[in-house]
Amino acid sequence: MTTTLTPWDKVQIARHPQRPHSLDYIRALCDDFFEFHGDRRQADDQAIVCGLGQFDGISAVIMGHQKGNDTKENLRRHFGMPHPEGYRKALRMLRHAEKFGFPVITLIDTPGAHPSMEAEQRGQAQAIAQNLVVMADLKVPVVASVIGEGGSGGAIAIGVADRLLMLEHSVYSVASPEASAAILWRDSGKASEAAKAMKITAQDLYEFNIIDEVVPEPEGGAHLDAASTIQALNAAIRRHLHELCTLDVPQLLEQRYAKYRAMGVYRSAQERAVATEA
Amino acid sequence: MKDFFRRAPKPQTSERRDQQIPDNVWVKCQKCGELTYQKQFQDALKVCPKCGHHARMSAQEWIALLMDEGSFIEHDVDLQSRDILGFVSPKDNYEAKLDAMIQKTGSNDVIISGSGMIEGYPLEIAVCNFDFMGGSMGSVFGEKVARATERAAERRVGLVTINASGGARMHEGLFALMQMAKISVALTRLAQARQPHISLMVDPCYGGVSASYASVADVILAEPGAHIGFAGPRVIEQTIRQKLPPEFQTAEFLLDHGMIDAVVPRPDMRAALARLLRLYRVTVDQPNFAFNQVAGHE
Ligand SMILES: [Zn+2]
Repeated sequence: MTTTLTPWDKVQIARHPQRPHSLDYIRALCDDFFEFHGDRRQADDQAIVCGLGQFDGISAVIMGHQKGNDTKENLRRHFGMPHPEGYRKALRMLRHAEKFGFPVITLIDTPGAHPSMEAEQRGQAQAIAQNLVVMADLKVPVVASVIGEGGSGGAIAIGVADRLLMLEHSVYSVASPEASAAILWRDSGKASEAAKAMKITAQDLYEFNIIDEVVPEPEGGAHLDAASTIQALNAAIRRHLHELCTLDVPQLLEQRYAKYRAMGVYRSAQERAVATEA
Repeated sequence: MKDFFRRAPKPQTSERRDQQIPDNVWVKCQKCGELTYQKQFQDALKVCPKCGHHARMSAQEWIALLMDEGSFIEHDVDLQSRDILGFVSPKDNYEAKLDAMIQKTGSNDVIISGSGMIEGYPLEIAVCNFDFMGGSMGSVFGEKVARATERAAERRVGLVTINASGGARMHEGLFALMQMAKISVALTRLAQARQPHISLMVDPCYGGVSASYASVADVILAEPGAHIGFAGPRVIEQTIRQKLPPEFQTAEFLLDHGMIDAVVPRPDMRAALARLLRLYRVTVDQPNFAFNQVAGHE
């Protein structure tokens, strides 16, 4: 494990253009993957890929944010920033998974939901919100993994899961370091300080008990040995999926409820006052 | 692939009328005008070798192309529509028209349906024959698709529909419209059985068919260039008084607008359907995967 990397270094690694993207994991995981397109409303948002895959004789619904491997593909995929129709495609596939009893695997890798006038007009916030409530009560197991950037609401929109994993050098934040710096200090140039202050690394979030597992990467980052990273993450996903599939639906939903119900840190002012006096 | 049509099983009851065409007849591509020998054209699955235009296939040709040899058993062959409205106009006599169509196509109505297998995966299939009154949906159409759906639910196998239609059949009035609802209620049984409906839209697919079961399938495929929509382009042009762009309502246009899952060229169709049937049919014993067991085995 590399311990000398700063949070800002990790942001750079998480955004590295040669870092494996969702389809790289999906192709390695599945014997067969049939990509499904479109939200059945208005568009096929290529910033999210969804489909039905099979491995170990299991069919699963798999979805992930998809960044491009070059500028041309990035333009087509909006740099992995979905519009509402991307989230609505994901929603369609979540319901599909529930209908057929397929477990769900999601891969998170987005700077955030697409910030644009069109996205707002078509209900970006509504689309994200809808996914959260549907995933909260989805009657099949869900394993989510942050493979690069976990950018805010755009990430959690496919991230309400029974197990949340992160690759060692991935990051997950309430707002991007640039946006955080702009919001906190009106200076997006202080992104590296924000990256540190916001505690966005997999290690920090594991400490906080927000995520369930940190999946190791090769020295220097996933881009230096994509194959071994893909293998490690896919093995972890399989392991968690097998564990979850021993549960029945009420157990699964009860555990998911408890997991998210427990998120948050607070204290009683009265107890604090008593403790201070003592 | 090239022998598909000749070695394909003859549908058991619906006769094929187009088999005696000699090989040295030319076929002209409706899109680019290219001339191709009939035999060469058939071997290419009626796809123009020059421009890739997918010419229309009869229901019998679809079944021959897709189904495993000898696996297809046709159902509900003898259902015929009736002239319930007493439909007579100076230009139109429904009973006479039906008889002429039956004569021409060798089938009793639009839909040919039955049980069979694709690469060993069992399914129920219902295919539209556009040549029968423009693939229009009346009582028999609705009944045959509803029965195929119920059979799929009962046998716990997938349903594949191949859809080419101008819409509801005017000669059957509101009975025609009600077929949209009838098939929809049948589809709820299939959903309860947790079996997939895979809809393949081919050229042209409009009106009551595209506005009902064909568009709510679990997976929607279309052939390249197929025209798919609710209202026909002429109606829209007359209404909005504008010329529509050439790509309007094509399969590719629908893919871009999020309406369908994939555009699949005809030579790849059988393999694509087999893959989907396999994905929805978990065949390996995985006792841990309780969530998959409902899908189960036949
Ligand atoms: Zn042509």
